[in-house]
Amino acid sequence: MTRIALKVNGQAVERDVAPRRNLVDFLRDELNLTGTNVGCEHGVCGACTLEIDGAPARSCIAFAVACDGASVRTIEGFDDDPVMIELRAAFNAEHALQCGYCTPGMLVTARDIVTRLPDADEARIREELSGNLCRCTGYVGIVRAIVSVMAARKSSGGGR
Amino acid sequence: MKAPHFEYEKPATLADALRLLSAGGDNAKVLAGGQSLGPLLNLRMARPDLLVDIRTLPELRACEDDADSVTLGAAVTHAAIEDGQVPDPTHGLLARVAQGIAYRAVRNRGTLGGSLAHADPAADWVTTMVLLDAELRVAGADGERVLRVEDLVEGPLSTCLAPDEIIVSVRLPRLSADARWSYYKFNRKPGEFAEAIAAVVHDPARGVVRAVLGAMEGAPHVIPDPHALLGGDIDALAADIVTRSGFAPDTYEHRVHAVTLRRAVAGLA
Ligand SMILES: Cc1cc2nc3c(=O)[nH]c(=O)nc-3n(C[C@H](O)[C@H](O)[C@H](O)COP(=O)(O)OP(=O)(O)OC[C@H]3O[C@@H](n4cnc5c(N)ncnc54)[C@H](O)[C@@H]3O)c2cc1C
Ligand code: FES
Ligand code: FES
Repeated sequence: MTRIALKVNGQAVERDVAPRRNLVDFLRDELNLTGTNVGCEHGVCGACTLEIDGAPARSCIAFAVACDGASVRTIEGFDDDPVMIELRAAFNAEHALQCGYCTPGMLVTARDIVTRLPDADEARIREELSGNLCRCTGYVGIVRAIVSVMAARKSSGGGR
Repeated sequence: MKAPHFEYEKPATLADALRLLSAGGDNAKVLAGGQSLGPLLNLRMARPDLLVDIRTLPELRACEDDADSVTLGAAVTHAAIEDGQVPDPTHGLLARVAQGIAYRAVRNRGTLGGSLAHADPAADWVTTMVLLDAELRVAGADGERVLRVEDLVEGPLSTCLAPDEIIVSVRLPRLSADARWSYYKFNRKPGEFAEAIAAVVHDPARGVVRAVLGAMEGAPHVIPDPHALLGGDIDALAADIVTRSGFAPDTYEHRVHAVTLRRAVAGLA
């Protein structure tokens, strides 16, 4: 076991972890943060995407022990985030989810697109979404939801 | 699946990392971004006893910019290159290649040095760095050595690095202002590993023409007479080059590599 100290959704957390423990299992099983889902466990499907130090990352191939000192933000940590509030409403309005399994990772990626690439066109949005698989929706609603949030933020002079 | 048991160390200096690796012998491994090693561990295709985390070592993050070259630390991420946070001596080739690697969440963690050391035949940096004739600075227990990337890869996932050696940095020659380059990656879905790569650089001021085929069986194939690609009947030439690189004519792989090479050459114009 190795002692780690990190921030999770703004809260300081200190725990002993086995080095083999991946970040998503640590969050789900030890911190009871079950919002982040696990699919493929090798970085391909995007279900486990969350933020480490402000940037999207795969939590299935990140080890908790290697996140000592980091700041981790899971879908639970975005409740009051203004962009995420808009994205949640847009996902709802555009039927951008069905079973919801991909949705936490999809929202983290969507937020990254909206904030990092505010001028992305639909083709670029689709390219950026290629690392998040959805088996239900066919992506049309997801793309529309992101486009609509970007358009609304632009017309309101949208800051971050 | 989940990773097997291993020990973990995060040394503060390169010297400490080298000491841990030589003490750990063949069963110690470097961990950088974990974007290739993570999947291998979860699939239990790698079973090291010890991982030595080098991701934040300052020696591996430093970059240098001089008159005729740029040196990038091995732990620079694909995303930092994509975003232009580090110097780019190629007028955009590096950022362009970086953006085509995997997905942003992977690019935020994956590193240049990790990609080269992992030596996936389809890895984008392996082909790019061979194209640019980049050099590696490698540190080991007995000191440092310099290695051309062209001499690094020995086969799929296999390099000439000793288990206790660490890539410290990658040195790239600076392209002249009027140099042209082209990089074509063929894959069925954005972000996937390539089925074929072809890349060309033409830098008349430095007298450099280089062309490389990537996503081969092992190391990238450096095309022996790249000048011919700059004029003439490209269709027949591309087919001939791909045959001589080792692909049997009339196979899927041959066609895909030939089309990829033709598109790379067309992209140069
Ligand atoms: C879903 C997915 C899609 C991908 N698609 C692509 C793609 O399209 N193109 C592409 O090129 N790559 C792709 N990759 C691989 C990605 O680029 C990895 O980031 C990269 O191959 C490994 O870098 P890393 O820093 O994560 O290394 P790690 O995974 O930490 O290490 C990889 C190997 O290199 C060794 N190593 C790491 N750093 C050093 C060093 N400095 N010195 C010596 N040895 C070292 C490790 O011991 C290990 O054996 C993909 C990965 C994923 C998960
Ligand atoms: S579970 Fe992490 S990418 Fe699929
Ligand atoms: S909503 Fe079911 S996988 Fe995307």
